[in-house]
Amino acid sequence: MNYKMIGKFIGKILLVEAVFMLPAVAISLYYREMVAARALFISALVTALIGGVMVAVTRGTKRGFHAKEGMVCVGLSWIVLGLFGALPFFISGAIPHYVDALFEIVSGFTTTGASILPEVESMPYGLLYWRSFSHWLGGMGVLVFLLAVSSGNERSKGFTMHILRAESPGPQVGKLVPRMKQTAEILYVLYIILTVIDVIFLLCGGMPLFDSVCTAFGTAGTGGFGIKNDSIAGYNPYLQNVCTVFMLLFGVNFTCYYMLLLKQVKSVLKDEELRLYLGVVFGSIVLIVLNLRGYYATVGETIHHAAFQVASVMTTTGFATTDFDLWPSFSKGILLCLMLLGACAGSTGGGFKCGRALLVLKGLRRSVRQIVHPGKVEVVRVNGRTVDEKVLQNTNAYLAAYALIVVASFLLISIDGFSITTNLSAVLACFNNIGPGLELVGPTCNFGGFSVFSKLVLILDMLAGRLEIFPILILFSKTTWGKR
Amino acid sequence: MKIIIAGDGKVGAMLTRQLSAEGYDITIIDANPRVLESTEELYDIMAVQGNCATMDVLERAGVSEADLLIAATSADEINLLCCLTAHSMNDRLHTIARIRNPEYTDQIIKMREVFPLSLTINPEKQAALEIERLLKYPGFLKRDTFAKGRVEIVELRVDKDSLLCNHTLADLDSVVGCKVLICAVLRNGSAVAPDGNYTLLAGDRIFVTAPTDTLETLLKNLKIITHKVRRVLLCGGGRLSYYLAKQLDQGGIAVRLIEQDYDRCLQLANLLPGVTIIQGDASDERLLESEGMDDCDALVTMTGLDELNMVISLQGTIRKVPQVITKLGRMDNSYILDQLPIGSTVSPKQLCCNTIVRYVRALRNQEGAALSVHTIADGKAEALEFCVDDDTRYIGEPLKQLHLKKNVLIVCITHKGKQEIPGGDSFYEKGDTVIVVTSRDAVIYQLNDIFEA
Repeated sequence: MNYKMIGKFIGKILLVEAVFMLPAVAISLYYREMVAARALFISALVTALIGGVMVAVTRGTKRGFHAKEGMVCVGLSWIVLGLFGALPFFISGAIPHYVDALFEIVSGFTTTGASILPEVESMPYGLLYWRSFSHWLGGMGVLVFLLAVSSGNERSKGFTMHILRAESPGPQVGKLVPRMKQTAEILYVLYIILTVIDVIFLLCGGMPLFDSVCTAFGTAGTGGFGIKNDSIAGYNPYLQNVCTVFMLLFGVNFTCYYMLLLKQVKSVLKDEELRLYLGVVFGSIVLIVLNLRGYYATVGETIHHAAFQVASVMTTTGFATTDFDLWPSFSKGILLCLMLLGACAGSTGGGFKCGRALLVLKGLRRSVRQIVHPGKVEVVRVNGRTVDEKVLQNTNAYLAAYALIVVASFLLISIDGFSITTNLSAVLACFNNIGPGLELVGPTCNFGGFSVFSKLVLILDMLAGRLEIFPILILFSKTTWGKR
Repeated sequence: MKIIIAGDGKVGAMLTRQLSAEGYDITIIDANPRVLESTEELYDIMAVQGNCATMDVLERAGVSEADLLIAATSADEINLLCCLTAHSMNDRLHTIARIRNPEYTDQIIKMREVFPLSLTINPEKQAALEIERLLKYPGFLKRDTFAKGRVEIVELRVDKDSLLCNHTLADLDSVVGCKVLICAVLRNGSAVAPDGNYTLLAGDRIFVTAPTDTLETLLKNLKIITHKVRRVLLCGGGRLSYYLAKQLDQGGIAVRLIEQDYDRCLQLANLLPGVTIIQGDASDERLLESEGMDDCDALVTMTGLDELNMVISLQGTIRKVPQVITKLGRMDNSYILDQLPIGSTVSPKQLCCNTIVRYVRALRNQEGAALSVHTIADGKAEALEFCVDDDTRYIGEPLKQLHLKKNVLIVCITHKGKQEIPGGDSFYEKGDTVIVVTSRDAVIYQLNDIFEA
């Protein structure tokens, strides 16, 4: 295990985090919130100091590292990111308990959007900004950002690939261009452009600048922190529709956008994962609209709310325009299924991912066929290309780990004694990085009622969900830390 | 004419035998001295030992005076390099390369432009096309097309219960109800050009000339049931199998392919998304049964072993598979096959040789040379297509007045795009094409060779 290299990476991550706290300080100063500004500044200073020391101590490390270290590095980085990111809330006293603050910021970085705050409007602007910004940074990944900005001359060799693999969601992660740094840059440039377009559309609808930026951060990272108590419900229908469209856009694999830039429109339209994603979105909206007859005044309004909620849950954003906890069971059931499915691989969304579902289904179909023809040799194809057996194996392992974690977490937080629906939806909402669940953790409620232990479990769930389980799981494995 | 053959494998040897018998000067190159020794003993040729892609060896083989180079080593890349090198040493040289890697097939036309190749041949691809044509008309053992695909010579087996059995050829028209001509009969391993009094017996294999559009009538009137092939079982997963499966799959036919080697199965599964690939031993009767040998429309055996192919095909015939096709690597012992009900046989190597021989003949006599050459009746007879020009003798005279060489038959005349199965009063004119069938001892280079001197 190359501890020095990992230390160096984490140090750099802390420096990046400290730099990103500074805009929040400026915003606090602008709104004359001295307590928040001081808390943010102290946090930035502490973070920068510790990061700086770590980088200084580990200077001159040359050895690269391997898949295992890449995973550990990503897992630890995200934990450290949360630990320091929680400081502003804690120091300013906005969230008196440290675990609550940790829950809030991890929920931010993992783009979950689950909150322990009963109401957010009394929060200082600087902290609201920091909370929303964590979505944006967490959406595409902090380490990917580090790869994009780090000097890419590099002795970096191939090992940065392990980091991209560990941090980016999806069963098959590949580079877009030969150079890692360039790949990371392209991803972030696309991300920034889409976010800016979102902000412009929101501004056109008459949303104030601060609200627009924060909402766009929430949308882009598919996070879901609102800066109003009623999430997005208070804004006009145009703004809500803008959010619907952009949530769906950010749930698409970013490779598709890159291919559109390269004018490979055909291959994008034929992308099987994209088709599945859009098909499920469309089908769910139709079913929910049919199921919701009579709940809203007009059909138009029903479609509007159904589309928004489907987009919000499927892309694992978690905004809400209406309290879907009051919907009929079938509609809630569909939303629960969408929570499990999640967005496309390679997007900022969470969940099991459409791409994985596709692989699992195709693998299943093959297994059934092999019962009919025992000797049959068949490869699984996606988009006409053969999928490596190893990827299929990993996907099945992922499914097993996914189910196991859901069951275990469900059991652990059941100790608190809430209803089964509450517990299950809370675990699913956190693990899939959605945010709101049903009943006590529904769109109008929050996670404040859980015990400290449950919150810690959910924090780990959120991290495991965002990093796709293995980088977190590996931290608990004995072989990781052993000598051999 | 001087011909260099690079590669003394099965195709090389087959070509050597055929071309040296026809009087060409052959030089053969191979890296293996022992193979060369035995070839040199059998035929009157020169042998050069060495790497055929090196200038030194090519020089020793006399490339500067040669007219044609045939590169038929086992490696495509060496064949290409050999042709390229030789052509750089003699730019009048015609080159033929065997290219059979499926990965190159899509770019073969481009390659023919870039590399100085006169002809590329892909035996397996050719055989796959041949098998596909057989599958389209399941009644025939073999089909050869002439006159741009409008005339064919088809092979039929006369069984005990066949309508043709025990009939003389003079009765033929009344039995089949359409105008066709039997140009050769293969009985007990020897080919005969029959006359009107010849009586067909059970076990005969007959070669029938007919315009393509009357084939269906022929089959119907002979009460040979032709059903559309929908399900095909392929045994063996070699190159030939790959080409065939691909073509059949594109034609909407359900294909099952059995191959023993797991890695090859994976490769095939990769290349052929629509085909059911099954890993297993094709000689295992239970496997064949479970994979639906009893309800498939055709069985094609294409493993690397002739013996295995024959055994599987026998099984298929016994289990009443409607059509059975067997691939054979060697045709030497084809006389045994007459006794065996193993359906049609296809030999990629022979097809490949035919193509090359046709090219060589065309090269030898650019004027009046055969438009196409097909060996039929297991190589014991040959069907050639010629164009009638100014130099052709006896233009406009009725056929019954011509004195043709022994064992030579004019089986079809195409006049202004219309095919005629000729009778005694038929005649040909300038511009017509004529198909001639001859036994193999009389070599015919141009149309005038068919007349008695």
